[in-house]
Amino acid sequence: MKFLPLLFKNILRKKTRLILTIGSFAIALFLFGILAIVNNSFNGALNSMAGVDRLMVQNRVSIIQPVPQAYKEKIEQIQGVKTVTYANWFGAVYQDEKNFFPQYAIDEDNYRQMYPEFKVSDAEWKAWQDDREGVIVGEKTAKRYGFKVGDRVPLTGVLWSPEKSWSFNIRGIYHADKPDEDTSQFWLHWKLFDERRAFGKGTVGWYIVRVNSPDDAVRVSKEIDTMFANSSTETKTQTEKEMLAGWAKQTGNIGLMITIIGSIVFFTLLLVIGNTMAMSIRERVRELAVLKAIGFTDTFVLVFVIAEALLVALIGVAIGLGLLMLALPGIEKALGSFLQFVFLPPQKAVEGVVITLFIAFLAGIIPAVNASRLRVVDAIRRV
Amino acid sequence: MVRVDGNGTDSLIKVRNLDKIYKRGGEDVNVLQGLNLDVAKGEFVAFMGPSGSGKTTLLNLLGGLDLPTSGSITVAGDEVSRMSGSKLTTWRARHVGFVFQMYNLIPVLTAFQNVELPLLLTGLSKSQRKQHVETALALVGLDHRSNHYPRQLSGGQEQRVGIARAIVADPTFLLCDEPTGDLDRKSADEILTLIEQLNREHGKTILMVTHDPLAADRAHSLLHMDKGVLVEAARVGEVR
Repeated sequence: MKFLPLLFKNILRKKTRLILTIGSFAIALFLFGILAIVNNSFNGALNSMAGVDRLMVQNRVSIIQPVPQAYKEKIEQIQGVKTVTYANWFGAVYQDEKNFFPQYAIDEDNYRQMYPEFKVSDAEWKAWQDDREGVIVGEKTAKRYGFKVGDRVPLTGVLWSPEKSWSFNIRGIYHADKPDEDTSQFWLHWKLFDERRAFGKGTVGWYIVRVNSPDDAVRVSKEIDTMFANSSTETKTQTEKEMLAGWAKQTGNIGLMITIIGSIVFFTLLLVIGNTMAMSIRERVRELAVLKAIGFTDTFVLVFVIAEALLVALIGVAIGLGLLMLALPGIEKALGSFLQFVFLPPQKAVEGVVITLFIAFLAGIIPAVNASRLRVVDAIRRV
Repeated sequence: MVRVDGNGTDSLIKVRNLDKIYKRGGEDVNVLQGLNLDVAKGEFVAFMGPSGSGKTTLLNLLGGLDLPTSGSITVAGDEVSRMSGSKLTTWRARHVGFVFQMYNLIPVLTAFQNVELPLLLTGLSKSQRKQHVETALALVGLDHRSNHYPRQLSGGQEQRVGIARAIVADPTFLLCDEPTGDLDRKSADEILTLIEQLNREHGKTILMVTHDPLAADRAHSLLHMDKGVLVEAARVGEVR
């Protein structure tokens, strides 16, 4: 503790340089945070541990091609199948094209029990069931657009039947326990959707099948696809996790590119910081030699120089994290339309702090070792 | 008592057959050659000699900043020349007070904080350190400038702070390398009076390298060095 004033006085000796160095650390961590958010967003669905006992049955050609509604009963007959539900992509916008969020027409009977991670109160569920134009909205979307239970929300750009009015009453808001669960969805009644749509009647977008045990997943998947093989609508069945992994693979390249570019910038920034810190130590060689002359040990000088680097980095890290937290709502607003799970996972924040401090340590260690090995007589020249 | 014949007894500082060889451009340079020296406690010794004669090298070795090629240095019973790096550093903190020609104060620390530095290595409490620092600053006549930074002080005042830093931990002896070399005559005289006072009134053993005959006049003994050898040891009055 008694050395702290010395430590602070040293780092404060060139304020402009200190501000720039701290700023660099802060920006580096801020950048790391943004990358972590983007990366997490691309891979978030996978991280959320999508059900391994939930299967997705889609049209073999593409997920945008429908599947006959009649398949439901046949799938239910397969041994090991516990529940079957279905949904369809709705694809409208709220007020403006930018205001996009996923909307699904869902099966009123089984959808809720298929996704227990999405929590909606019984009263709200009942209110929704009783209102044909009712919808249940995820808390993220509700928060983003200020939706409250009881609000009437008109959607436009509906492909299925553009001439009809598609206004809905918000009857419930669902929540999730984990931050990487998708709380941006908007659920409308299947019956209303099927009734009003101009085409595609008698089909669904996809089925979701819960099996009795994850061990049954492979067998049931095969049986479903075999059952509809050589029909006019063949199916492709995979676990939810596999499907999301496939999706992540398609979008993952973008995430990877962003990560690589960001990482290069991040490390370049840190190399520059390292050089600055080394420079600040080189300027003080004589002073360090004086410290050693009056009795400060080599180890003390080593630790002291590293501590300086870490202290500067720590301040930068704190500012960077603070800025990130402050900017997060803005980032969410700006990117929320096309990125899900816009949040900084705590483990990533810790990772960023550790990496930054480690780089600061690396930046400090070389000048620190040089300072500790310094021969006093050479540095001072004269006693 | 100061002797250069190697026959001194009961000396505070005892140097025997001291050699220091540097490598320069692949060649050995004998900076010190078989040097003997005895300095009694409470002495004030001045070293004079041409540049390159080995004065500073001798001071470096006596202060434990460097190790001899051969020979021994014993200070208050401790054989300094055989100490390892960290032990030597600890020994320096306890026994040696350095006064540098260029003062070598830490520019970002106040006079008080500069003087406090050696005490940070001791187990003294904050209030004890404060008391010691205030005493040292009062001794050099700078108790009223304790919160000033080096840039706010004159050269003479900076050197006073340097001296306060050197004496604050009550070292066994002081090593002063050209303490007035960077000062005008008036400031130099003031600093020399202060050093003299430390020796006379506080019994500090002082070894000083100087090129200034007036500074050397203040010492009890004057040693001339030439080509790594102490060629003369005399009481200052006798030399003149």
